[in-house]
Amino acid sequence: MSFQNFRKIAGSYLFVAPAMLLFCTFSLYPFLKVFQLSVTDWDGISSSMHYIGLENFKDLLTDNPVFWGSMKNAFYVTFLALTVQNFLALFLALLCDRDIRGGNVYRVIFYLPPVLSGIVVGLIWNWIYDGNYGLLNHFLQFIGLGDLQRAWLSDAKTALYAVSVIHMWKGFGWGFVILLAGLQSIPRELYEAATVDGANTWTVFKNVTFPLMIPVFVLVSILTILGTMQIFDIIIATTGGGPGYHTEVPITRIVAMMIGSSKFGYACAMGVTFGLILLAISMVQIRVSKMMKQV
Amino acid sequence: MELNYDLARKNAVSFFVHCFLVLVSVACLFPLWWAFSSSLKTQQTVFNDLSLFPKDPQWSNYLFAWTKADFSSYFLNSLLYTVIVVIGVVLIASMAAYAFSRLNFWGKNFLFLLLISTMMIPIPGSFIALYVLLNKLHLVDTRLGYILPQINGGLALGIFLLKTFFDDLPKEIEDSAAIDGCGRFRTYWYIALPLARPAIAVLAIFNILAVWNEYLLAMLVLSSKSLMPLQRGLMVFQGAHITQYPLLMAGIVITVLPVLAVYLMLQKHIIKGITAGAVKG
Repeated sequence: MSFQNFRKIAGSYLFVAPAMLLFCTFSLYPFLKVFQLSVTDWDGISSSMHYIGLENFKDLLTDNPVFWGSMKNAFYVTFLALTVQNFLALFLALLCDRDIRGGNVYRVIFYLPPVLSGIVVGLIWNWIYDGNYGLLNHFLQFIGLGDLQRAWLSDAKTALYAVSVIHMWKGFGWGFVILLAGLQSIPRELYEAATVDGANTWTVFKNVTFPLMIPVFVLVSILTILGTMQIFDIIIATTGGGPGYHTEVPITRIVAMMIGSSKFGYACAMGVTFGLILLAISMVQIRVSKMMKQV
Repeated sequence: MELNYDLARKNAVSFFVHCFLVLVSVACLFPLWWAFSSSLKTQQTVFNDLSLFPKDPQWSNYLFAWTKADFSSYFLNSLLYTVIVVIGVVLIASMAAYAFSRLNFWGKNFLFLLLISTMMIPIPGSFIALYVLLNKLHLVDTRLGYILPQINGGLALGIFLLKTFFDDLPKEIEDSAAIDGCGRFRTYWYIALPLARPAIAVLAIFNILAVWNEYLLAMLVLSSKSLMPLQRGLMVFQGAHITQYPLLMAGIVITVLPVLAVYLMLQKHIIKGITAGAVKG
């Protein structure tokens, strides 16, 4: 190989070297390391680390109701996000798809909550839900429903709903923007043709809009599930997982296991398990969507 | 008559549609305005004064939050982290994306897939191992330890976005540059990078928002107050002064204003960015 050639090849690698270096250090290594740590009893500090096989996983699966409770809570919020939040997003997108005046203004406003941080949103809503001076309680008093007043985030009965509302408030604008873009990519001629054929609004939606939107629906629901299951910032800024374990979610449990209990190995096992569950959910969804396309 | 009836019906429908949309808009904006108006009340009035436009706005709350409650330091930290991470992501991702799009080398496709796969696979526990790694490298509680993982975090999307952009770019300009004796690095720097400005804008905005709003890593990595960004600072302030609502709200407004400014200035790029990714992918 001539020197010229060598220089050329080495030069090519120099272009990707910084990216690869960062990637291997901060993505690939931690990714592999999590698996390695998950089969140890490491506490994060001591120099000794014992291989304990699948002990962590066994304990997690059979003897950790708090973790599975947190999973159930996350599923609950996810279910609400998938149904209430995404239906609201779709409904709004359908309304804004009709070339209404000021459509862009609405879009800018609806996408405002998604660009804020979970911390900011959580702290603002804390103040709205506050048991003594919260806006919501003032409002209930005002409309004569004072009996319903409560500390919404520290009442075991309402905490999870309250957190879900915050999450959906923050998230619906994001679904709206993607769904609206999907709707606007549908050629208008299809609608015109359907209307000429005498189809009403519902049949147009069922036979034209819906089938063409399936890929977008799948994308939005996968991202909703992955995003909501990993909810953390809003929880930490509002309830911190309480009262009791009523709003614990998997990430708060993993952090608690790591920082609170110094069980790094166990926390990694939780992360691996949780990651596999998320992966399985996305695979099922992709499979289902492929089946729907064939029908 | 028939026409009139149709028109009236259309107007009525449009009226209700707007009513509903305005209602949802108010629901979006009201909590933010409430936070803002609370930030202008005093510690005494904030609990009972429900006015949306406080009669005697306490702008001094902002001065206090900025000087006495460390929000100036949090703000400057956030600014520093955001600027450095965005510059890092744009430079490193664009170089790699250019190579993946234009140059030929062994293992190219494999490396590209490897990088992109990190976007697809959720690894919720990886922050534990990341923390362990930073600890080994003595990067815990340092600025670098907070910056480097975030540059890495922006790479996958950046390389994907910019490679797609470079792939669609006609090669002729670069070829003529090469004939004129431009080396590959100079071609990338002087020809390809300036042409990629629209894609870089989208990439920059996404990273600005991501870094400015980041919390988990800041919580794990940074424990010195002097290094903390705004999101972390807000939580620290809330933990220490739980009832000082006007000051907390002032801190929130300080945190939100830059995001709001960036968003309103560049919302077209943001919405184009999300929708392009979504509809193509």
